[in-house]
Amino acid sequence: MSKRNRLVVTSGIALAALTGALLVSGCGKKKTEGETAAPSAPTSNTPGVTATEIKIGQTMPYSGALAAYGAIGKTEVAFFKMINEKGGINGRKINLISYDDAYTPPKTVELTRKLVEGDGVAFLFGSVGTAANTAVQPYLNEKKIPQLFIATGADKWADPAKNPWTIGWQPSYRTEATIYARYILKEKPDAKVCVLFQNDDFGKDYITGLKDGFGNQYDKFVIKTASYEVTDPTVDSQIVTLQGAGCDTLISAATPKWGAGSIRKVADIGWKPLFFISNVSASITAVMTPAGLDKSTGVITGLYLKDPKDPAMATDPGMMEYRAFMKQYAPAELNPDDANAVFAYGVSLSLVQVLKQAGNDLSRESIMKQAASLSKLTVPVGIPGIEINTSATDFRPFAQMQLGRFNGTSFERFGDVLSAE
Amino acid sequence: MQAFFHQLLSGIAIGSIYAAVALALVMIFKATHQVNFAQGELAMFSTYIALTLIHLGVPYPIAFVLTICSSFVIGVAIERLIMRPFRHAPPLTPVIVFIGLLIGINGLAGWQFSPVSQSFPSPFPDHAWYGTTYLSPHEIGMIAVTLIVLGIVFAFFRYTKLGLAMRAAAENPASSRLVGIRVGWMLALGWGLASALGSVAGMMAAPIVSLDPNMMGQILLYAFAAALLGGIDNPWGAPIGGFLIGITENLAGAYVVGEKLKLPLALAVIILVLLFKPSGLFGRTVVVRV
Amino acid sequence: MVTESAAISSPVRARRVTPFTGVVVALLVIAVVAPFALSGFRVLQLTHIVIYAVAVLGLNLLTGFSGQISLGNGAFWALGSYTGVILLTYCGVPYWATPVASGAVCFILGYLFGRVATRLEGLYLALGTFALAIATPQILKLDAFEKWTGGSQGVVMSKPRSPIAALDDDQWLYLFCLLVAIILFTVAWNIVRGRTGRALSALRDHPIAAGTLTIDTLAYKSITFGVSAMYTGIAGGLSAIVTGFISPDSFPIFLSIQLLVGGVLGGIASIFGTLFGAAFIELVPDLAKSLSDSAPAVLYGVLLIVCMKVMPGGVAGLAYRTRSWLIHRSSHRSSHRIRT
Repeated sequence: MSKRNRLVVTSGIALAALTGALLVSGCGKKKTEGETAAPSAPTSNTPGVTATEIKIGQTMPYSGALAAYGAIGKTEVAFFKMINEKGGINGRKINLISYDDAYTPPKTVELTRKLVEGDGVAFLFGSVGTAANTAVQPYLNEKKIPQLFIATGADKWADPAKNPWTIGWQPSYRTEATIYARYILKEKPDAKVCVLFQNDDFGKDYITGLKDGFGNQYDKFVIKTASYEVTDPTVDSQIVTLQGAGCDTLISAATPKWGAGSIRKVADIGWKPLFFISNVSASITAVMTPAGLDKSTGVITGLYLKDPKDPAMATDPGMMEYRAFMKQYAPAELNPDDANAVFAYGVSLSLVQVLKQAGNDLSRESIMKQAASLSKLTVPVGIPGIEINTSATDFRPFAQMQLGRFNGTSFERFGDVLSAE
Repeated sequence: MQAFFHQLLSGIAIGSIYAAVALALVMIFKATHQVNFAQGELAMFSTYIALTLIHLGVPYPIAFVLTICSSFVIGVAIERLIMRPFRHAPPLTPVIVFIGLLIGINGLAGWQFSPVSQSFPSPFPDHAWYGTTYLSPHEIGMIAVTLIVLGIVFAFFRYTKLGLAMRAAAENPASSRLVGIRVGWMLALGWGLASALGSVAGMMAAPIVSLDPNMMGQILLYAFAAALLGGIDNPWGAPIGGFLIGITENLAGAYVVGEKLKLPLALAVIILVLLFKPSGLFGRTVVVRV
Repeated sequence: MVTESAAISSPVRARRVTPFTGVVVALLVIAVVAPFALSGFRVLQLTHIVIYAVAVLGLNLLTGFSGQISLGNGAFWALGSYTGVILLTYCGVPYWATPVASGAVCFILGYLFGRVATRLEGLYLALGTFALAIATPQILKLDAFEKWTGGSQGVVMSKPRSPIAALDDDQWLYLFCLLVAIILFTVAWNIVRGRTGRALSALRDHPIAAGTLTIDTLAYKSITFGVSAMYTGIAGGLSAIVTGFISPDSFPIFLSIQLLVGGVLGGIASIFGTLFGAAFIELVPDLAKSLSDSAPAVLYGVLLIVCMKVMPGGVAGLAYRTRSWLIHRSSHRSSHRIRT
């Protein structure tokens, strides 16, 4: 057979097969378990919910560049093991299925669909990462599946009108930056502010928050910004540039590795600005210690959870409860001093509250409604005075923070609880 | 002017990290004529070994030496056990093996040592007793260590019989065997030395960039650029390439192209060097006879 | 799957329908019927496999057939994705036309890159392409392009709907990708079987000698780069459509590495090996995770090294050796020559 003939034959076979398949398919499709066919009103026959179990799912970056956040997933899995041993919620055990997406969005989509269609989970809980959650948001909202308490501080999740099935948990980065700006306006009205920020959504959300907080005085206060990429080994060059601009206030919208680098370099060059660091970098184990405890002294951050390294927390009932849980249920490789574990504990308790409020109506609509009906909720690991509040129009569970200054050992809270509203 | 000077010195400091890693790459290349993509991961793993020793209470200098020795052994072991079976394979196969090593070692580190960033101590004093704040004591120490190591490596290749034997084994294995050089062990030695060099690079870099399994991944590209720029077969050239890259990145980032383009700049350097002078600034041009 | 002998075959030859044709037909039938027997996300996985197969085929053409090691095809995948997305989102081009555009753009850029990069051999080419892949996510985040690429936020797209009531969206997308793949595979098959294929083999095995024959080395290498980029770009474009979301995080260095790994494990100079390679890329990482909770990466790394030892020619090489062994049962020659 000549080349051309072979081509024709192959295409012909393919076409024939295709036609055949189409004809066959017209005879009716097979449905498999767990697949929701059309977006109809959920009944009490919610997938994943039985009289004895609620199945939920999440994707976590257990490998890859963000592997440190895997501790969140591990803590949450351990938490629900504890809940189940204590009898579950309203008589139902919680089965949390946690998959590794290595923080690659195509994989997140695939695994989320596997959770929904293959494993048949009731809803998604606490998945990590802005890009990851962005990728699955359309799918979950279209299928009317709650995307609860996702672990990212991007502000765009607080949009009940457009995405009524997606809600975050932690104070958004924008909220945090607004709080810093308000503080500076009040306490240091002649400040010259420099900003170091990670060149992606995370960092840019801070800039937006500062603009919110400073309003039309933004240009008066913020005289220089410098960005860095996650491929930069250090931020030395940027810090030198910022110091050269003559600022006396520095806001470091950085993730742990570069947060530590910024603290170290600022100390090394003998610069002593009023130093704010982003909450995600307010980790003593991952940031302050590598940077140098004495170099980190004086750094300020916004807090909403208790600091596990604070000596005063040794006798705090809430933290003692947390530590008891970690000791008994958490896998050995998890460090109770890890702020990620504290975070996981707090968000898991919030979910428990939602499920308790839902009672026996565990339809997806009901669960989402209860997530949007949290009123003055506090968690034992949260800072006193800070509450979780949600409503049908307010998808920002946390809108408050209290500032804390690092004193060489832990973050000492000062001042009032500040709000971004 | 002050800021410029500052950026320059800062560039030299970060350049010394690139230089140290580039030196390890050169070592491997000189010994085996291959580029080990997993070099950075080995260095990172060695640094974790050092951290473990320090946490066990071993004083820094002893931990430093022990780490270098254990890295050497690991390097030799990898060559003997993993690379040696592939010595007759077509060039693509070792690339896949390197990739396997890269992924495996990275995973091993994350598993054994936890993926959370950790702090790594510096042997140098914390505060600058010499007044200027342009370079921290650690950065100065790092530059010094890199230069010392560089000198040792150069002397090794130039003035010792062993170094000569290694170079011969890589250049012409067949003839080397004829004069009695044990080529197989020369390769293993090369791997061991490269691994040891990498561990020094890792221990010097960790106090600055925070120790986590992906620590070396970011540095690797810049180190490749440095090694290529200086000449991948020249122990002097590669570190000079490292310093050049460090300085260029900083100055270009601060004054010319902006900090967002530093990585593409390194990429451009690599491509340009490969195109116009693949042997690098200081390497020897190799002519292949048909 | 090998049925041809090592002798150079003339382009026009009388051919019977061989067992080989039968295998191809069987594969096609399975491929087309599969989405109707599987559930939603499994179809998505199959679609991913088909897309990876196209990309791995592109890599095989470059590395296996013309001997140029590339660790940077992820860059072209990204380029293809963004081209498709930009056309879809801003120019209103229908999704089914975007792969053509992705392919065209990537061919041109791949060809240009090839003209520049073909001066590099072996190791240096690997390094250069490696650098390209590492720098790609960075370049995508540049502010200058943000208006189109959406910067680090990425771009969300609506998923295409199935125009046929009998097919759901997943099945429709799968069949669409399958059709594109079949076309591309047929084209590759014909390239490799013909004069071009022989020229490429000559280039790969004896580049200097090939240059002395009337083979325009530079042109062939550049065009191969272009074709390889085109295939990978089309795969990227399809992937973007199927996922509905892209961001610079979607194209880490691991993607380029996986394409090469998939290519080599399937059989770097094998067209059918790409299917195995694609399945490996899609399924093995998850498999490793289910086998080893704590250190799947270690398992993966070990697996790669063991595979290289046990089957250096990939699955295709293994199939060839098995077939040779079966045919010449008494004298089993181990051969390192690679054939499709």
